Amino acid sequence: MRLILITLLALLIATAVGIGATWMTTTRGTELGTLTIGAWTARPRTGTSDVDPYSRATITRNGELPIGTGDGVAFAAARDDGKKPLDGRCDVVVSGVTPAARFWTLTLYDRKGHLVANSLQRFGFTSQEIVRGADGAFEIRIASRSRSGNWLPTGGIERYELMLRLYDTPVGVATRTQRDAPMPAVATVGCP
Amino acid sequence: MIRLVFTIIAGVLLGGIVHLVSVLVLPRIATEDAYSRLTPITKLNAVTQLAPADPTNALMPYMDPAFAVAICRYDLSGGALKLKVPVSQAYTSVSFYTRNELAYYAINDRSAGKKVIELDLMTEAQHNDLPEDEDVTAADRLIIDSPTATGLIVMKALAAEPGLMPQAQASLAASSCNVQTEMPAKQAEAPQARR
Repeated sequence: MRLILITLLALLIATAVGIGATWMTTTRGTELGTLTIGAWTARPRTGTSDVDPYSRATITRNGELPIGTGDGVAFAAARDDGKKPLDGRCDVVVSGVTPAARFWTLTLYDRKGHLVANSLQRFGFTSQEIVRGADGAFEIRIASRSRSGNWLPTGGIERYELMLRLYDTPVGVATRTQRDAPMPAVATVGCP
Repeated sequence: MIRLVFTIIAGVLLGGIVHLVSVLVLPRIATEDAYSRLTPITKLNAVTQLAPADPTNALMPYMDPAFAVAICRYDLSGGALKLKVPVSQAYTSVSFYTRNELAYYAINDRSAGKKVIELDLMTEAQHNDLPEDEDVTAADRLIIDSPTATGLIVMKALAAEPGLMPQAQASLAASSCNVQTEMPAKQAEAPQARR
């Protein structure tokens, strides 16, 4: 009797620990094969055949189609340079330059990866649309109320995520540091 | 007491195994993956355009709204597939995924180097069955081996400004993916048909 109870307890712990760990890693993601530059994190290997098992599990669980390496690379940021979570009620400025790429797009998603509705029907910018300074640098203001220049509306949601996708770019599996890929700065400049 | 500690340690160790197995098995058993989501709305071995990504149609997460997207869901069991995607004004890319969303190949308009991206997709077995003809292995004939018999081809055309979206969609509408039925005959004439 006691043996059965103990075996059951062990199996119960095993199930809880196992499924719990899988759930945690597929929702939060792991550090495996990530490339972090400033506020931005990419997983260049998800676009290749040697993707790690955790990323594969996350991709199929969420129903994503990762961007292929021959196509480009996607950098995500959920926090600013000061590690503060991006807040849709604050003003966030993304400024600077991007790594070499034929095109890039910057898109705003909620934490589930869906686009955020707004009256302007603007969900992001492409490298062609952006207004730049004389030195080629740009500044995008992400805020709930309209701003001058490159304004990306947040719809006032609490938490969001930015994704910078570089298309036809040398940035990828071999990239290591800011020097190879100068990513734009992300700064929260003011909260109401 | 010792027995209880032992039970907990055994449980945690077993849990580690459960975790590893579940992570490895998840890609095979996931029911909400991109392929399953696309199955009801796409045709097999034909090109289907997707509606532009917007907040009301969240078919898949993290879709780039700046792109027009078309899908060719393929099944190679009936023969190899021939894919033709005309290059749009700004940027065009073709990505290949297995049944379990493994991105095994992607190509863009510049690496294709032509006005039309032309590819032959086949399984490894079909590739091995090809006649060892020098014309067939000509450099301009791009053959991709699919690791699985079924999968997805995702064609994307960039609309650099929202106003250019109709143009990007129009260029994707001219793309095609068909099963090559009489393979040997096609191969014999294919090299001559080329520029």
